[in-house]
Amino acid sequence: MSDTISVLPTASASEPRRSGANLGYHVRRIPPVVWLCAATLLIMVLAAVFAPLVAPRDPTDQTLMLRLKPPIWLADGEPGYILGTDEVGRDILSRIIYGAQVSLTIGLVGVLIGSILGTVLGMLAGYFSGPIDETIMLLADMQLAFPFILLAISIIAVLGPDPANAVPWKLIVIVGISGWMTYARVCRGVVLTLKEREFVHSVRALGGSDNRILFRHILPNILSPVVVLATLDLARLIILESTLSFLGLGVQPPSPSWGGMLGQGRQYLDTAWWLSTFPGMAIMLTTLAISRGGDWLRDVLDPTLRSG
Amino acid sequence: MLQFLTRRVLRALIALWGIVTIVFITMRLSGDPVPLMLPPDAPISEMNRVRAELGLDKPLPVQYVVFLGNVLHGDLGRSIHMRQPAIDLALERLPATFELAITAFVLAVVVALPAGLISAAKRNSIWDNLAMLLALIGQSAPTFYIGIMLILVLGLQLGWFPVSGRGQGSWLNPSDWPDMLNHVFLPAVTLGAFAMASIARLTRSAVLEVMRQDYIRTARAKGLDEMSVMLRHNFKNAAIPIITIMGLQFGTLLGGAVVTETVFSWPGIGLLAIKSISSRDYPIVQSSVLLVAMAFVVVNFLVDLAYGWLDPRIRYA
Repeated sequence: MSDTISVLPTASASEPRRSGANLGYHVRRIPPVVWLCAATLLIMVLAAVFAPLVAPRDPTDQTLMLRLKPPIWLADGEPGYILGTDEVGRDILSRIIYGAQVSLTIGLVGVLIGSILGTVLGMLAGYFSGPIDETIMLLADMQLAFPFILLAISIIAVLGPDPANAVPWKLIVIVGISGWMTYARVCRGVVLTLKEREFVHSVRALGGSDNRILFRHILPNILSPVVVLATLDLARLIILESTLSFLGLGVQPPSPSWGGMLGQGRQYLDTAWWLSTFPGMAIMLTTLAISRGGDWLRDVLDPTLRSG
Repeated sequence: MLQFLTRRVLRALIALWGIVTIVFITMRLSGDPVPLMLPPDAPISEMNRVRAELGLDKPLPVQYVVFLGNVLHGDLGRSIHMRQPAIDLALERLPATFELAITAFVLAVVVALPAGLISAAKRNSIWDNLAMLLALIGQSAPTFYIGIMLILVLGLQLGWFPVSGRGQGSWLNPSDWPDMLNHVFLPAVTLGAFAMASIARLTRSAVLEVMRQDYIRTARAKGLDEMSVMLRHNFKNAAIPIITIMGLQFGTLLGGAVVTETVFSWPGIGLLAIKSISSRDYPIVQSSVLLVAMAFVVVNFLVDLAYGWLDPRIRYA
């Protein structure tokens, strides 16, 4: 490595502060609905992080005397149990708060796995065309060729769900690999155009290695679409996790998870509607806030990603 | 055109091969099926005999080739509990799943196209904002939550619709229709909600895109009424992306059916798969997954062809 390379403008410097300037401009005029989304998410995240402080009770604490109590504003409501209790007398609000921890963690780690995997594979595919490119894109096509939920179901059917009261690694990995193809396709496209640009040719002429070109000069240019995709993907992953938990294949009881609570509360739908209504609302508010916020972020950072 | 066709057929075949391979891998990962098939006190010699009969004593690559051959003959082994070919049990359930998916699809299209069109025509009106808010909710709410809320409100509290099962009778017999429609309505709305939302949003943006074109201004300038500008000049040109997403959404509906069927105890292939997981009847799980995946690949292949036929440009892309 010679010193001259560091003097060269890096990729990110070649188009200086384009998105940065845009962002600053838009921060001053963020629409109210986006503030609302941000506030909702902030509440969810704070609830998840400070769950032990915020939750009124232990989420697994059973009080059999207080089974299926309705929310506090109804006639039979029990003071101290704001959203009522479930079939074994656990506090629904506390379970939703701890459920936020579960859903958000699995979603975020899943997004991390998917985005890193997809970005690296997409960059490799775009940069080294030929067999590497074709293999990676074939894998992506294969996974896109049928509904992922079927793959998830058949994997979990065989491996069995994660044990209760442990970190659900299988679930996290399954959720994580569900969406790498989108990142890979977008990154491949960006790299294909970038690798013929002057700044890449100059780095190569100066003896920069492939590694250096890919990670120091190309990667910074990919980050903004990846961030946008990751935001929109987070909502999808939270829904996927809650769907699997709902089907009994994801987070296992007694750990609180939004999907699992809905799945178990379903049997009491005719007598105790609050068991499934509130956890579902938590999922919906979270994903709605993420998608609406993500749409806005996309329009600000990278309008080219817009579709459907 | 021939080259376009070959490429699409190849892609579909590769996808199918990938699915079969995944099914094979999960089958082998699920461990030795023989103890599940025999009584617990079966002697070792009997176990070995069955193992040899099933070809499980051969090396994996040989088993893989044999398996590929079997799949081509529609043989995915016998159900562990029902003692029948697993693929037959799964095939039996396919019509119910298709009934649900097709109804959901028709419902989604019938609601979404006019909704998207009106939203675009009356951009930023109350109607537009309301429709797009509903569409956003439809895209964000998990399928099973929509289903459960519909059961709770329209099924249990208002008592308008049955909350589970499929209607009796046949679609060929018009006197059975009320019961069948009554049963399929809630599951179809549930399954179709996401597709409805996506199609409505895309229709709106596609129509708005065309609205900017010069020929629309020409049509207006020569005094055509708004109705015929929207339908004859605009909608026709906005159709290609809309048809594409409609096709893709139909495939997605087949995958989503697994969840909807569980919520509504709809006797389709998805419910069969989920129930077979809990009874550890792997051949049925694998047959169901394979069948749904195949249907998905075939549908997407047809959509690709339709797309190439509608828009000749992409044949050469």
